[in-house]
Amino acid sequence: YLRKANSQAFRHAARPAAARPSALRFLTPFQARFLSDATRQAIDQAVKSSPVVLFMKGTPETPQCGFSRATIQILGVQGVDPGKFTAFNVLEDEELRQGIKEYSEWPTIPQLYVNKEFIGGCDIVLSMHQDGTLAKLLEEKGVLAPMEET
Amino acid sequence: MAQSATPVEDVVHSKLTEALKPTSLEIFNDSHLHSHHKAMQGSVSKETHFRVYITSSAFQSKMQPARHRMVYALLKDELAQAGGIHALQLQTRTPEEEERIKAQEASGTN
Repeated sequence: YLRKANSQAFRHAARPAAARPSALRFLTPFQARFLSDATRQAIDQAVKSSPVVLFMKGTPETPQCGFSRATIQILGVQGVDPGKFTAFNVLEDEELRQGIKEYSEWPTIPQLYVNKEFIGGCDIVLSMHQDGTLAKLLEEKGVLAPMEET
Repeated sequence: MAQSATPVEDVVHSKLTEALKPTSLEIFNDSHLHSHHKAMQGSVSKETHFRVYITSSAFQSKMQPARHRMVYALLKDELAQAGGIHALQLQTRTPEEEERIKAQEASGTN
């Protein structure tokens, strides 16, 4: 169920069309390396689109990278509420793929944000999952799916 | 002096050793595990995916994201260049944390 809800949220949030001027397309790779205001604003929007935001390669249903897959699986096991989660596929958008690395000052994907705060990549999410600090964080931030009545 | 077959690994080793004076540094080249992936088609490098376990007191009083950023900053060029490091798994511990974890493992708890 986590996956179905994500693909809807992802499609909706992934293209803040107004914030992406086509002028960016004509910049050389060198010029495009510096994070433009427009790209920064688009990523700001993405980061605050949901309490839990994951920038990944591929989609939650079909991750395109083992590290992204591992991270999505951990969020599923932790019981993150799909209504409070959005995933962005950086492979669909080269501007996002490069921009998020500058924005987060982090050179690799996946990248997890909770309440607009950068948490880490796969290694950090995995070690937080193993030592209990991830469960604690997600609970404190109120992003877990409600427990079912038994 | 013969040319190294592992220039990227050598650079990672020397940069991290010099800057962080680690008590322990292990570098694993996992590139061969990923060479069949679509993203790696056309890659000529055999040094694309690394796992680095590093213990250093430079990490004290820093949370994990900050520790990782220290390492990323040192390897900025290698990560940025085309055909350079594609993936970098990091385990960053202080000597105290390393001691504690080893003691837990030895005593069978955890």
